[in-house]
Formats: sequence, C-alpha cells, structure tokens
Amino acid sequence: MISQLFLQHYWWIIVSILASLLVFLMFVQGGQSMIYSLPENSTQKTMIVNTMGRKWEFTFTTLVTFGGAFFASFPLFYATSFGGAYWVWIAILFSFTIQAIAYEFRSKPNNVLGQKTFDFFLFLNGSLGPFLIGVAVATFFTGAMFTLDQMNQVHWATHWYGLEALLNMRNLSLGFAVLFLARINGVLYIINTLDEEDLVKRSVKALITNSIPFLIFFLFFVICLLFSKGFAADPMTGTITIEKFKYIHNLIQMPVVLILFLLGVISVLYGIGITILRKSLSGIWFSGAGTVLTVFSLFLIAGFNETSFYPSLFDLQSSLTIRNASSSLFTLKTMMYVSFIIPLVIAYIWYAWKAINNNKITEAEMNSEEHKY
Amino acid sequence: MIGNIDMSLVDWSRAQFALTAVYHWLFVPLTLGLSFMLAIMETIYVKTGREEWKRITRFWMTLFGINFAIGIATGIILEFEFGTNWSNYSWFVGDIFGAPLAIEGILAFFLESTFVAVMFFGWNKVNKKFHLVSTWLVAVGANLSALWILVANAWMQHPVGMIFNPDTARNEMVNFWAVLFNQVAVDKFLHTISSGFLLASMFVLGISAWYLIRKREEQMAKKSILVAGVFGLLSSLMVAYTGDESARTVSKVQPVKFASMEALYEGKNNAGLIAFGVLKDTDKKIGEKKVKEFAFKIQIPGLLSVLTGGDRDAYVPGLKDHISGNEKLGIVSTAEKMQRGKYAREILTSYIKSRLNNDSAQISAIKGVFRDNDFQNKYFRYFGYASIEKPEDVIPNVTTSFYSFHLMVVLGFLFIMIFSVALYLLFKGTISDNRWFLWIALLSIPLPYIAGELGWLLTEIGRQPWIIQDMMTVSKAVSQISTGSVITTFILFAVLFTGLLISEVSIMIKQIKTGPKH
Repeated sequence: MISQLFLQHYWWIIVSILASLLVFLMFVQGGQSMIYSLPENSTQKTMIVNTMGRKWEFTFTTLVTFGGAFFASFPLFYATSFGGAYWVWIAILFSFTIQAIAYEFRSKPNNVLGQKTFDFFLFLNGSLGPFLIGVAVATFFTGAMFTLDQMNQVHWATHWYGLEALLNMRNLSLGFAVLFLARINGVLYIINTLDEEDLVKRSVKALITNSIPFLIFFLFFVICLLFSKGFAADPMTGTITIEKFKYIHNLIQMPVVLILFLLGVISVLYGIGITILRKSLSGIWFSGAGTVLTVFSLFLIAGFNETSFYPSLFDLQSSLTIRNASSSLFTLKTMMYVSFIIPLVIAYIWYAWKAINNNKITEAEMNSEEHKY
Repeated sequence: MIGNIDMSLVDWSRAQFALTAVYHWLFVPLTLGLSFMLAIMETIYVKTGREEWKRITRFWMTLFGINFAIGIATGIILEFEFGTNWSNYSWFVGDIFGAPLAIEGILAFFLESTFVAVMFFGWNKVNKKFHLVSTWLVAVGANLSALWILVANAWMQHPVGMIFNPDTARNEMVNFWAVLFNQVAVDKFLHTISSGFLLASMFVLGISAWYLIRKREEQMAKKSILVAGVFGLLSSLMVAYTGDESARTVSKVQPVKFASMEALYEGKNNAGLIAFGVLKDTDKKIGEKKVKEFAFKIQIPGLLSVLTGGDRDAYVPGLKDHISGNEKLGIVSTAEKMQRGKYAREILTSYIKSRLNNDSAQISAIKGVFRDNDFQNKYFRYFGYASIEKPEDVIPNVTTSFYSFHLMVVLGFLFIMIFSVALYLLFKGTISDNRWFLWIALLSIPLPYIAGELGWLLTEIGRQPWIIQDMMTVSKAVSQISTGSVITTFILFAVLFTGLLISEVSIMIKQIKTGPKH
C-alpha cells in the first residue's frame, strides 16, 4: 500500500529533478546573456544564437512542466507563491515570453521591431531569467511574507508582492550564482558544439571570468545557508519551529544528499577545470551533471527531513511543507503512474538531441541553413 | 473566500486573462492544423520522392515556425496566470486541475519541442523517414497538448470526478477517467482541434489563392489547395458535427448558458432554432436584469426541441425557468439554490470553527454530514450559489452569448461552402480562372480566426458568473493582490502581445511575398 507520505516525497523528488534539469538547461539563457560580449563579429553572434536557439524549447518546456508538476503535486505552493509573490513570477514569465519569439523573429525580414530589439530580448531573458529563478528558489530557504487563512487562501503581507525578495542578500547571492552558472554552462556548451576556433578561444576566457563571480556568490550562499536558522516541521502536529543549523542537520541526517551535493559541486568544478587546463571539449557534460546534482540536492534539503520548503516569515504556522501543501493521495498516485513515462521522454529527447548534435555547427552551415535564427 | 472582494480587481484580472487567452488563440489553431498539413505534405514527398513536395512542405514550414513560437510564448503565461491571478481557484481545485496541466507538460510539450527541433533543423542531419516521423510527432504533440488543457477547461464547465474535503477546504479528485472522459471534454477537444484544422486549411487555401491571383507559383498553389481543400472540407464537416454535439451537451450540463445563447427567456414546447435574429432591449425584467426580445428573427420551427429533446414536443426550458424554477421539470429555482448553498457554507464554517476549538464531537458529527450523499447532492453541489447576491446574477450576458454563437454557426456553414467550391473548381481545372473565388478565398483567411474567438467568447462569457460551474464564482477565485499591479501587468502584456502580433503579421506577409525557395 503506497502511503501519501511516500508519494509526497516521490513528487518532491520529481519536482526537484525538473528544477535541476531546468537550471542545467538554462545554459541557453547563459549563452544569450553573452551575445554582446562573447562574439567578435556578426557571424560569431549568429553562430551563438543558432547554437542556443536549437535548444531553447527544451528549457522552455522544462519550465512549463516544472510549473505544471508543482501545480499538480503541491497546489498550495502554486497558489501561495504565484498568487502572492506576483511580481517575481510575472517578471520571470515576461522574460521567457520575449525569448520565445526573439529567436524566430530576429533575423526575419520586416520584423518591425528590428534585430537589435530582439537581440536585446534574448539578452534580457538570458540575464533576468536565471537571476530571478535563483532569487525565487532562494526564498525556499529564506522565506516569504505571507499568511494563509482558514480556507488556505493566501494574503501577502507586503505591498511589494514578491519584490521584497530582492532586498535579501542571500536571495541575491543565489540569483547571481545561478546566473553565472548558466553563463558557465553556456560557454561550455558553445565550446562543445561550435567549430570555430576563435570563438572557442574567447569562450575559454569567458569561462574564467564567469567562474570567479560564480564561486564567490555560490560559496556566500552555501555558507549562509549552512549557518543560518532553518524552519523545522513537527511530523506529528505540523507545527513549525525555528531550528539552528537546520540545513547542516539535514545534510548530516541525509548523508546520501550530502554526497550528491559534494559530487555535484566537484563535478561542476571539474568541468570548468578540464576546459581551462586541458582544453577539453567535454566540460559541459561534467558541469551539466554537476549542476543537476547540486540543484537536486539543494531541493532535497529544502523539502525533506521535516523541513518547511516555503517558510512564512509573517506567520510561521502558515509555512508550507510537503505534507501540508500536497495534493490528495488519489491525485498523487494517478500522477505517479503518469510519471512512469518520464524515462521514455528522456530517451527520445536524448536520441533526437544526438541526431541534431552529431556534427558541430560551422560557419558554412550558417550560410546554407534555411531555418536560421 | 468568504470575505469581501474588490470588484475592480476581479475585472482587471479577468481582462488580463482574457487578453492572454484571446492572443493565445490567435496563434494556436494554426499550429494545430498546419502541423498535420505539413505531415501530410511531407508524407507525399517521402512516398513519391518528388522534390516539389519537399519545397512545398518547407515553404509552409517556414510560416509554421513564425507562428509556432508566439503561440508557445502566450501559452506559458496562461498556465502561470492560474496561479498569479487566480490563486484561490488554484487551491480550491488544484488537486484536479493541476493534473491535466502536468500531464500536458510531460506527455505533450516534450514530444512537440523535441521533434520540432528535428523538423526545423534535421533536413540534412537525419534520414527522410526519421524526419517524417518527427513532423508527425510534432503534430501529435501539439494536438495532445490541446487535449489536456481542454480537459482542464471542460472540467471548469462541468466539474466531475471529485469530492469536497472539508479538512483541506478544497475539491479532490476521486475519478481520473471521469475527468478525462467528461462529455464536455470530449466534445470540446474534437470541436476545438477540428476548428484548428479548418483554420489552417483556410490559411493555406487563402495564401495559395493569392499566388494564383498574382500568377506566381501556380503548381505549388494548386497542390497546396488540393491538400487544404480536402483537409478543410473534412475538418469543416467535423466542426459542424462536433459543434452540434457540443451544443446538446451544453443544453444538459449548462442549461442557463444554453438558454442565453439562444436568447430563450420563456421555455416552450416546439421551440424553434434561431437561424438569424436581431435582439432589442425591452422594459421587461427578470429581477433587475433587462430582458431582450427579437426585433427580427428567422427560425426553423420545432428544431430546437428536436435537437435537445428528441422530438418537436420536447420542452426547452428558458431563462425564467432556471431563475424561478419549474417544479414539473424538476428545475430548482435559483433562490432555492442560493439558500442551499448558504446552508452548505454554514456547515463548512461550523466545521472550521470546530477544528479551531478542537471540538472532536462536533468535528465527527459534521464529517458525517459531509459524507452524506443527500447533503452532497442537494446542498453542497450548490455551494457556489452562497456567493450569489441576486438570482438574476446567474444569467450571463445574453447579447454576447447569442451573437457569438450564431455568428460562429453562420461562419461554420460558410466554410463548408468555400472548401467545397475550392475542390470543385480545382478538379474542374478552372480554379485559376475564377478570380472572384480566389479573392473570396483570400479575404476569408481572417474568418476562422473570428469564428474561433467567438467560440471562446461564448464558452467563457456564457459560463459567467462561474469560474467553476455552480461551485465557485469568478469573484471568489481571484488572487488578493493590488489592483494597480494587475493594471500594470495588463498594460505590459497588451503592449507586448500587440507588438508581437504586428511583427508576426509583417514577417508572415514578407515571407509569403518572397515565396518558396527554388
């Protein structure tokens, strides 16, 4: 007999996997954020845009599926965060909306707004998207200003509707860490897929300049996280209390998560290292896998081990946990059956990805391609 | 939910959602239909090996690509607006409504987005058969995603397969198959995708007609008209059939909407179907709402009774029956429903108070009430009526419902004629000479767009004041954020969408004028 608690954990794992894949796939945004700084000429810019442009739908789809899965499995979070932290989510949506069309329209004649506008849209999405998603995820640890009434309906306690998250240093540091990580993965992907010597050289330089701020912001966030208070939930009563070093406790009490976290961080650093030191082209796979493991483990320490994954700073007892925010047993079970198809989805994505990425993208291909961004 | 609601917040939230939905539906139907037409064209290419079919496929694929991205962009906003603008709703029914959205992502979006990359960029990277399969999978993926979102929308029109849980203060799913095979969902899915097929067919027919008018690309144009004509005729017949089925279902599950779209105030036997009518204001009222009358109408006697009840003598209830009740037909008056809804709400409020006071005896007693079928069927099913102030408030805007429905139907029959004539002239070999028809075909391109928007106008305006039929009013579903925030984002999205629409149309026209690559 499958229990609701098992399914709540199962679905938190699924949501965490989607979130970690999303952060990895934001290499597309990372690449976009560098379209003004990385290329030396318009051909190189076209190559970067087309390299990223062939993968933008994956990031976009993962974001939509992440939202849908959260809605289905933890609807109280969906209602609370989206309905309260309005401006953060609207800004994220806005940035992804302009991305989708920028690729398709930028190089088309008669596009009215001009190529420069659409390139700016790509830059805006590339910079703002990862940063804001990082800030939004940071509130899983730092909390938000809301209260829930007796009917579980959200009331936001500030008139900034989510923008107040930008005043918190820890939120900002994760936002910037995600942005620079996306940029690192972006250049690693360019190195892996483009056959253009000069651009690859410039990408290696960009890798160095982006790795330094990433490490600073990431370490700041992790150190703050480990030494900060956390929000613990009593499994019997559901009462939320403040617990010192909660996230260190989570890592110690869930050693597998600790190992995943360390493996993830090491893998990201290894991906960066072999690209800079050994001129390897495969850095993206190590960094990508590391990104997935790191984000996945961060989500697990946010939601597992009787932790509130969306704490309320205004009314502690309104804080959300995977127990009180989830769907019913029936819905979670139904969705679990649906989730069994995910390996098949991953398999065909892998197959199609390989088919398209078999050969490196060259300048000659850019000149002959009919469907060019 | 029981507190006061700022109506201007509700209105702006509705306006924002409507804006997004209207723009979204300008782009999605073309994706639904054109994806299948591309698959058909490419199949002919792979089967015959004739390069001209590849050229035709790639030309229409370029237009498909321009439209595809903007449909996706507006779609993501719609999904997240359920949370940002309708958070109370998202909690109240998220247990049911979230599942189709998640399944849409897992089953459909990934299929679509994975293979659309192969479809656009794989011509020289994968073999012909893999490419063809990819094109078909894009079409299947696009239409599958329509299935799940329409299942979700159908549930709002006709909520089934759930039970209210007083502990969580929300509705919870108990039967997934009932949600998926909800009669409204089946009708809505078939009607909506076939309207997308029709729209895409008209798009291809109209643009091909333009080439013939300009005496350019005649071979490509005629071959495209062949595909568009056959696909369009079959689709328009399917639209008519599924539209009829859909209307019958509405008459059963949303009778007030049905009476409004027929502007039927007084119920009657031998009710006629209005083929054409013009409404006018009168001094008569239902409560405080003015009654409309026909200034002019052409009707087919008895047909409405036949279509809804099976024979000419069948009684079709009017709006007055639903407001005042009709004991003979077992129709409960709206005032009575409001009483029952208020009673259900009182029981729920008592339950919440008992929980706060840890009054276990009272908790147990009220749980027993909630488990009672009689309470569920006679009282709790009218829970939403507790929020209705006056009985006449459950009547949607009759003028909008009536005209949107009837104009849509008229256009539907026009489409059947246009596709039939196109095929007749094509097979007769005189289509290039009939410039009058070519102009009609060209000028008809906007009509399916208008028909589609009218359909959604009817669906959503006709459902008012409900967000979930009989269970939750729109005003109770809204997120408690500032009106100023919503006004700002409304303006932001209005400017963005309009700018993007202008860009898209401009790019599209340029690509059409340029024509296919040789």
